[in-house]
Amino acid sequence: MEPFTTHTGVAVPLQRSAVDTDQIIPAVYLKRVTKTGFDDALFAHLRQQPDFVLNRPEYVRGSILVAGPDFGTGSSREHAVWALRDYGFRAVFSPRFGDIFRGNSGKQGLLTGVIPEPEIERVWRALAAQPGIEATVDLEAQTLALPGLAVPFEIDAYTRWRLLEGLDDIGLTLRDETRITEFEAGREAWRPTTLPIGTP
Amino acid sequence: MTDSTTAPAASAASTQRTPSTRTAKTLAEKVWDAHLVKRGEDGAPDLIYIDLHLVHEVTSPQAFDGLRAEGRPVRRPDLTIATEDHNTPTVDIDKPIADITSRTQIETLRRNAAEFGIRLHPLGDAEQGIVHVVGPQLGLTQPGITVVCGDSHTSTHGAFGAMAFGIGTSEVEHVLATQTLPLTPFKTMAITVEGTLKPGVTAKDVILAVIAKIGTNGGQGYVLEYRGSAIRALSMEGRMTICNMSIEAGARAGMVAPDDTTFAYLKGRPHAPKGEQWDQAVAYWRTLASDDDAVFDAEVFLDADELEPFVTWGTNPGQGVTLAGAVPDPASMADPQQRASAERALEYMDLAPGTPMKDIRVDAVFMGSCTNSRIEDLRAFASIVKGRRKADGVRVMVVPGSARVRLEAEAEGLDKVFTDFGAEWRFAGCSMCLGMNPDQLAPGERCASTSNRNFEGRQGKGGRTHLVSPLVAAATAIRGTLSSPSDVASEVLV
Repeated sequence: MEPFTTHTGVAVPLQRSAVDTDQIIPAVYLKRVTKTGFDDALFAHLRQQPDFVLNRPEYVRGSILVAGPDFGTGSSREHAVWALRDYGFRAVFSPRFGDIFRGNSGKQGLLTGVIPEPEIERVWRALAAQPGIEATVDLEAQTLALPGLAVPFEIDAYTRWRLLEGLDDIGLTLRDETRITEFEAGREAWRPTTLPIGTP
Repeated sequence: MTDSTTAPAASAASTQRTPSTRTAKTLAEKVWDAHLVKRGEDGAPDLIYIDLHLVHEVTSPQAFDGLRAEGRPVRRPDLTIATEDHNTPTVDIDKPIADITSRTQIETLRRNAAEFGIRLHPLGDAEQGIVHVVGPQLGLTQPGITVVCGDSHTSTHGAFGAMAFGIGTSEVEHVLATQTLPLTPFKTMAITVEGTLKPGVTAKDVILAVIAKIGTNGGQGYVLEYRGSAIRALSMEGRMTICNMSIEAGARAGMVAPDDTTFAYLKGRPHAPKGEQWDQAVAYWRTLASDDDAVFDAEVFLDADELEPFVTWGTNPGQGVTLAGAVPDPASMADPQQRASAERALEYMDLAPGTPMKDIRVDAVFMGSCTNSRIEDLRAFASIVKGRRKADGVRVMVVPGSARVRLEAEAEGLDKVFTDFGAEWRFAGCSMCLGMNPDQLAPGERCASTSNRNFEGRQGKGGRTHLVSPLVAAATAIRGTLSSPSDVASEVLV
C-alpha cells in the first residue's frame, strides 16, 4: 500500500446526508471479479441526475470528497471504496461514517477524516464560493486546507499510523503467527468445523 | 514495510475501551475475551480469532486473488464454508445463468473453492442458500463463537450468542490467510424489551421499532445485546430476524444470550456437538450470559405490550411508523438534517405527508431475504394467505432462504398454499432484497418487502420499498394496500 502523507486536489461538496454504500455503488455493479475498474460505477444512479455534483465540469477531476453525515452506512461492500478510489478520490470527509466502510477505507489507502457538521458546512460554503478549487489534506497535521480556511479532522491513531507508513494488514498479523498457532492448540474439541461434512 | 515501525500511543480522543478492567462481564465481552490471540498495546487493535468464516460469490473473488498474488494458502479450510446466494437465479436454476457477469462470479467462486480446498454448496445443492440461513441450519452457528462474512447481515448469527459481524473484502482475505482479525473492542448496548407482544406483532416489528427509536446510526460502534422477557419468548427464527437488522441501526453486531430455546434448536443438527461433547458445550454455553452486575455502555428500553405492526415510509430503515399511523410531515421535524432527509425520501417514495399508511397501494410483495425467509417466516405468511387469492395486479414472490427451507416448506404443503394464492414459489437466494439477479422492481414500482433495506434503488432502480413483517406482507398481498393481519382476519374467505 502506498503511504499517505499529503494530498492536493479538487474538493467536491457532496451536500447529502446518509449516503449509504448502495448509493455509492449499486448492487448491479458488484458482479465483477476484479479489484479495479469501478470508476464508472461510482454513484451510478445519482450521476444520472444532470445536476449531481460530479456532473459539473469543475468537479469532474475531484479527489477529495466533503460529504454530509452518515457517509458509507449499510452494506459491507468494499466495492464502495474501490469505486471512490478508481474514480480518483484519495480522501473523504464527513461528520460520521459507517463503521464497516471506514474500516475498509483504511485498508485501501482511502483516508476517512471526521469533521464536525458546522465545519463541514463552512467547507461547503467555501467551495460554493469558488467551485473547483484545490484543497490539501495533510495527514501528519490532520488538517484539510483550502485557500483562507484550514479545518482539523479526526482519525484514529492506529489507522493514521498505518496510512502514513503504508502498512499491509496481513503482513502485520503474520508477525504474530506463533501466537495464532498457540491459540489454536488451546481451542476446545467441540467447537464447530465445516470439514468433514457433518451428519445429523 | 519495515519491522522497526511501531504503533502509536492511543490518542486522547480515542473511543477505545478496555473490557479487561471490568470483572463482571457482558455476553459480548466474554466472547471477545475468549478469542483474544493478542491484546493490542499502545492503541493497536486486539487480534481476535475467528471460529467460522462464511464465504459467498460477491465479496470473495478479490480476496482469493490477493492470496494467489502473495502465494498464501487458506489457513483453516475446515473453519470456512462457501455458498452461492447473492446473484443466483430463483427460477430455471437447472439452466445456465443467463447474465454473463453473474455466471462469471459464480464460476470464479467454484474455481476458488476447488483450488483452496473450501467446502462449497453450489446452486442446486440441498444445502445451498442465503449464507445466513445456511450457517444456522447446519448447526455451524453456535453460542460463544466468532463468525464473520463479507456481508453486513452477518449480525444474524448473534441470535445464538455468537459474536458475528460483516467485514469487507480485504478482511475476508485477512481471515482466509490468518483466521484472525485485528479489531478494536466494541462498546456494549443493552436493548431490553419487556412484556408480551400482541397477536400479529412479531420480531420484525420489534427491530423496526428499535431502529426508529435509536436511529440508523444509534448503534454505531456498539454490539447490541437484546434482552428481556419479550426476547426470551422469541423463537430462534425471531431472534435471527432481530439480530439480522442490528446493522440497520449502525451496529456491527447484535446478540442474544443462549438459553434452552437455543440449545433445542441446535441439538441434532449436522454440525452440533454430539454425545459427551454436547454436554461440555452446553455447560460452557450456559456461562455466557451477561453477568447480573455487568455494566453496559448504553441502555435502551422498549415496552413489548405497546408495540404495533411497523412499516417504513422512507428510504432508510429508521424512517418507520406504526401501520395504523400516517406518513409524517417533514415540516414538523426540528432537526434540519432529519427534515431534509425526510423531504428527499418522500419525493423518492412519491408520498404526501399525512397519508394514512394503510391507504398506500403496492405493486409487489416480496417474501424472502436473510431477515425473513426461514421456515417459520414462510409458515407465518402461509397462515394468513391460506385459502385466499392475492389482490389483482399485485405481484407476489415467495423466495425461501435456502434449498433446505424450500424442501421443508414443500413437505408441509406450503408451496401449494402459495401457488393457490397466486404467488410465485421460487428457488433460494437473496433475490429481490438487493436485486443483483433478475428479481428487481421496475422504476416507480412499490413493494411491501420482508427484507432489511429500503434504500433508494435497492430493489431495482427507482423501486420503492416498504419494510414489513411476513404477516403484514401477507395481509398486504391480499388487500393490495399496506395492511395488518387483523385487517384480513375478519374477512370471509373467497
